[in-house]
Order: sequence, then structure tokens, then C-alpha cells
Amino acid sequence: MNIDLTVVWAFVIAFAVAAYVVMDGFDLGIGILFKGFKVGRERDQAMNAIAPLWDGNETWLVMGGGGLMAAFPLAYSIILPALYVPIIVMLLGLVFRGVAFEFRWRDPGHRVWWDAGFSVGSLVATFAQGVTLGALLQGIAIEGRHYAGGWWDWLTPFSLLTGASLCVGYALLGATWLIWKTEGEIQRDATRFARWLLPAMLAAFGLVSLATPFLEEKYHTRWFDVPGLYVAIPMPLLVLVTAFFLWRSLRRGVDYVPFLLTLTLFLLAMAGLAVSMWPDVIPGRLSIWQAAAPESSQIFMLVGAAVLIPLILGYTAWSYWVFRGKVGEEGYH
Amino acid sequence: MSDAETALLLARLQFAFTISFHFIFPAFSIGLASFLAVLEALWLKTGREIYLNLFRYWLKIFAMAFAMGVVSGIVMSYQFGTNWSVFSDKAGPIIGPLMAYEVLTAFFLEAGFLGVMMFGMNKVGKGLHFGATLMVAIGTFISAFWILSVNSWMQTPTGWAMNDQGQFVPGGSWIDIIFNPSFPYRLVHTVIAAYLTTALVVGAVGAWHLLRGRDLPEVRTMFSMAMWMAALVAPVQIFVGDLHGLNTLEHQPAKVMAMEGHFESHPDGAPLILFGLPDDERETVHAAVQIPKLSSLILKHDLNAPLDGLKTVPKADRPSVEIVFWSFRVMVGLGFLMFALGLWSLVARAMKRLYSWPLLHRFALVMGPSGFVAVIAGWITTEVGRQPWVVYNLLRTADAVSPIAAPGVSGSLLAFVIVYFTVFAAGTVYILKLMHHAPHPGETGPAEAPIRTAGITPSAAVPHGEPDPRPDRSEEAK
Repeated sequence: MNIDLTVVWAFVIAFAVAAYVVMDGFDLGIGILFKGFKVGRERDQAMNAIAPLWDGNETWLVMGGGGLMAAFPLAYSIILPALYVPIIVMLLGLVFRGVAFEFRWRDPGHRVWWDAGFSVGSLVATFAQGVTLGALLQGIAIEGRHYAGGWWDWLTPFSLLTGASLCVGYALLGATWLIWKTEGEIQRDATRFARWLLPAMLAAFGLVSLATPFLEEKYHTRWFDVPGLYVAIPMPLLVLVTAFFLWRSLRRGVDYVPFLLTLTLFLLAMAGLAVSMWPDVIPGRLSIWQAAAPESSQIFMLVGAAVLIPLILGYTAWSYWVFRGKVGEEGYH
Repeated sequence: MSDAETALLLARLQFAFTISFHFIFPAFSIGLASFLAVLEALWLKTGREIYLNLFRYWLKIFAMAFAMGVVSGIVMSYQFGTNWSVFSDKAGPIIGPLMAYEVLTAFFLEAGFLGVMMFGMNKVGKGLHFGATLMVAIGTFISAFWILSVNSWMQTPTGWAMNDQGQFVPGGSWIDIIFNPSFPYRLVHTVIAAYLTTALVVGAVGAWHLLRGRDLPEVRTMFSMAMWMAALVAPVQIFVGDLHGLNTLEHQPAKVMAMEGHFESHPDGAPLILFGLPDDERETVHAAVQIPKLSSLILKHDLNAPLDGLKTVPKADRPSVEIVFWSFRVMVGLGFLMFALGLWSLVARAMKRLYSWPLLHRFALVMGPSGFVAVIAGWITTEVGRQPWVVYNLLRTADAVSPIAAPGVSGSLLAFVIVYFTVFAAGTVYILKLMHHAPHPGETGPAEAPIRTAGITPSAAVPHGEPDPRPDRSEEAK
């Protein structure tokens, strides 16, 4: 047996984070766009397009956090205090976002407030997630086994840029999900939003990609020396090709293709992140091996994960299948 | 107070606040999920609409409670890292995997099937829908299993070793870690508490409608089911609580001393202090009302058995008697009132007055929130009783906190207080509004709400909680 369990766990955590970004990404994106939809049927349909699914999607966030604590406890105990403010802000945003799904239907008199809670909560949570990513990429001060920086270390122009970029990205995911799940007026509105968001996302991701190699010497060498160069050259090309097809599909009005192409863009971006970070969990400071839990913990969890994650993906797929098709005008009946 | 002490106190307050708020929802949803599964099973078995109406009625309430439980739970899963990072580093290799199993076996199960349970009645067959309800109910139970295993390990740690980085790591088999000495007692005690809490809420809603003269078959059925639950489970809970107490005496004697208010040792039989005012500073209980020898009888089943007092424990290793003494009495007192309610309901049933005894209904109504109070009081007893340790006798709470400064913790605490009070107060109002209307024939599920409000079905077509069309039968019952 020559499998490095720590590497396996790094992939599992990366998978959980990717699953979260992909799935809760479109939920949050719909929240970000929510104010842009007309009060009444349009908003109700947008809500219905995610109401049965958001809870499962959000569970991947708990998996990412819980998994990080279990597999890389040292990284968890350094990253969370370092990113205290954006993480608390994200959690509070998610509180409003999560309860809005139930509350807005129960209280027509205050619906406008819960709608605002839903959209502002989604926007704030997304922005905080993007800031978290940026702060992680730019590095975290460590002394011994503790975070050694201050309260506001995370707040830099770069982290604000990643925060804004993620908002644009999630919004595009949300818009293209609605193009898939709805029809009529709201679908036309979503398409209109997507056409604006696509160039915005390309610009945002482009800026982040350009800025990243200059954050740290390490990223620079990673990208511009062999073998990183082999990724660095085709990556922008792949992004542009995908964006081109996405643009075309938005003009042609194919309903599910835009979402899948947006997903592709996200996966490319995440692959780029992986190239930047590997094999560190805190870039430049802490490698996955330094942060790893002991082997006995890793094995114990891996037995469960190997059986349960495919099972989870199975019934999650079933749930998506049950709620397939257009949300339509009649909701779930 | 030094800055570090202030930060520690604020971190503890924040944890206590967020977990007390959070704990309310699982305590309710564990019981309610099982209740829903039973209602749907009864509907499928008997085909009686009454069960479907009750299922739909309680499903709407469940949906609200579940959403609030989820969002407050996500906060908990990150709070270990933000405020207790040293604890996360040191205990992560042990408790991390247990919590990861909770996510993998419980959270995903609940979340994955919740959508189908709430919105899928007309999308999948009845059998599959019942399967989804069952999965959600099982998920809530599995979640309790893992999280109580974690908590119990922190109370009675076994199966660990320490590595050269000062981390707790698995020392033997995981079975020793998961099934640590206090776990079985804690699990059974907590799950029963959740069932009892739900029964009391359901009973109170039934009683409310009976008091208002809405003597519908649905109302009768749920009141009756709830009273059966209280009558059968409350005595079991008292018995299990006693066993749990004996287990605590064995493994965490200082906690029991604090619960009992024993500062002094009693070499020949300890009295039971019913009430009094504990004073940590002066190490005494003022104005104590006590029954001689009873404490020894309860704890050791022997009138003259010696019991040690807190003065045998170094001051730095004692929990706060002032808090634990009272929280314990609140829990036990409410437990006996629940037992009394159960007994009364049995008497009323025997006298055929279950649906026509307003005084009983008033009592059931008042007892409605008592489960939540008892659960939180019990939680405070066990958690504050563990202090000053976070991992009992091994890691002090003061050594487990994040290296963060007080201003940030106070800022986030303030934010949590404001947001939680706003959001959960609104949620409570909405739940009470739902409960204010009696379950009635033609009850709609949560999925109907979007349609009605979407303006597609004329709003008058599906009235919400309108007076029931059937005649008032409260006279008949008398």
C-alpha cells in the first residue's frame, strides 16, 4: 500500500469545497439577483427553483468545515481565527438567507423584509466567502501552532477583489440555473442578466488570475516554470473558448447549456487555484502533511467517506431528479 | 480582569448563547420528525384523512423549526474554530472524525430527503414519500448519536493517547472513544428529552384548541397521542435521569457535588438540600431546606453512605455551584411536573374526561414550553458542571480558547445576539401563528404556500386556519 492518505484527504476536502461552490453557488447567486426580479410571480418562481434543494447544497459547507477540522485540525485552528470576521459575517448572512425560504411565505405583510434578508444575506455571505479565499491566497501569519496576525489582516484590495469576483461568478451561476429551470418572463430576465454577468465574470477572474502570481514569489514560479507553464498556457485559452460557447448559447436560447458551461468556467478557475496552492493548505506556510491528523483518524474517516460519499451523491442526484423540469407557474404540484 | 480573561469569558458566553439557541431546534425536530413519520405511517395503514391532516399541519411547523436549526447549526460547526481554535487543534483528531461522521451519516440524509418530504408528495409515490420522511427522522436520530458521542467524550474521555504535538489522538479502538462511559446514559436521556419536549408542545397545541372549543377529531387525536407519550415517557425519563446521575457520580463527582450543593463532606449520610442559596465565595448554602440522609439514599442507595463535598476538590477545579445547583433543580422540578401531567391524563382517560377537563387542558397548555426549559437547564447542568475543564480533567477551558482579543469577540457576540433575537423571534411568532389555527380537514402542506401566495389560486380557495366548517362538538363531549 503506497497510497498517501493525506493526499487522499486533501482531495476529499477539495471535492467538498468544489461541490459546495457549484451547488450553493447557484442558490446564493439567485439570492444576489433576487432584487432584480419583479415582485410577485417572478420572485416566487426564483425561490421555488431552489427551495427543495438549498439545504442539501449548504450541507457541503458543513462538510468542508467539519472535514477540515477532522483531517487537518491544525489548518482549521489557524485559518478560522485568522478569518474570524469574514467567517462570522458569512454565517450571519447565511442565517438570513436560510430562514427566508420559510418565513417569506408565512408573512405576506413583511415579505419585502424577508426578501431583502434573502438577497442581502446571500450577497454578504458570498462576498465574505470570496474575501476568505483571497485572504487565504495572500497568506496567513503563523507562530508555532497559532495564528499570529491581527484582526484586519484579511482586509486587502486583493481580498476585496476576490470577494467581488465571487459575487459576479455566483450571480452568473444563479442566472444560468434559472434559464434552465424557468420559462417565460423570468427566463428572459435571467438571460438578460447573464449577458451582462459573463463579461463581468471574465474581467473579474482575469484580474484575480493576473494579481495572484504577484502576491507571492511562490505562485510566480509555480505558474511560469515547468510544469506549471503547461497549465498556465492552455488555461486562458480554455476559459475563452468556454466563454465563447457560453455567449453563443445565451444568444441561441438553449436552456441547460449555459449552466453547464458556467460550471465549466468555475471548474477551470478551481483547477487554477489548486495549481497555485498545492501542496499547501495555507499557501507558503503550512503543507497538507504538516497539518494532517494522525493516520488512525484518517483511516477511520476514510472508511466512512468511501462508502457514504457515493451514497450521498446518489440520493442527492435522486432528489434533483424528483424536482427536474421547469418550475413552471404552478410550483410543485 | 485581564484582557485574556475577558476574551475567555466572552468566548464562553458566545458559545453558551449560540448553543442554547441552537439546541432548542434539534430538541424539537428529533421528536417532531418521529411524530411525523408515525402520523404518515398511520395514514398509510388506516387510510384515515385525519392523520394526513395532522401530518401536513405539523410538517409546516417542522419546516420552520428545521430551517432555524440548520442555520444555527452551521454557526456551531464553525465556532469551534473561530473561538476555540486551541481546542480544535488539540482535540480535532478525536472529535473531528466523529463530527465528520455526523455530517456524512446524518446531515446529508436529513437535507437530501427534506425537499422530497416537504415538496414531493405529488412528485413521488406514497411509499417513496414515506421513505423520505423516515430518512429525515432517522437522520435526526443519527445526528444525536454522533454529537452526544462527542460531548460525552469531552465529559468522560477514554480511548485516547497524546502525541508529541500535544494533540489527543486515538489510542486504542474507536469503539472506546465513541462508546465512552457516559455516552449511553447521555444519549438515551437526551433523545427521550427530545421526545418529551415534542409531546408537550403537541399536547399544549391540542389543549389550546380544546379550550377554545375546537373539539375536532384532529385535535383530539393529537392531544391523546401527546398525553400517551407524556404518561409513558416521563417516568422512564426520571428513571434514566437517575441512572445518568449515578454514572456522573462515578466519573465526575465534582459535578454531582455541585448539583447537590454539598460543599461539606458527609461521612455518615448526606442530606438532600431541596432549596437554598449556594454561595461559591463563602463555600456554603444559605437558608438550606434539607431532608437528612436522602442524598445518600438517592445517590448510593444507602442512608448512611459517606459522600464527599466540594471542599475536597481544589478551588481551581470546581464548577460553579451557584449555576449548577439551580439549573439542576429547574430540570428535575419540571420533570416531576411532566410526570404529574402524564398521570393526570391517565386518570382523565379512565374517567372519560380527557377531552372535557379544562383544568387538565390549562395545565397541559402551561407545560407546553417546559420541555425546552428543562432541556436547556439540563444542558447547563452538564456543561457548567464540567467546568473548569473542556476535556474533563485533561484540558482546561482557559487553555482551549483562540488567541483572539476581547473587542472582536464582543463585537461578534453582539452581532449574534441581535441577529438571533430578530430572526428567531420572528420564527417563533410564525410557528405560534401556525399553531393558533387548528388542524382541520383539507389541511395543506408547506408546498401549497408558494402557490397560494403566488396568486395563482384565488386566496380564498384555501383558507388558512379558518373556523372549521364542521359543527362545534364540544357540547357533545361533555
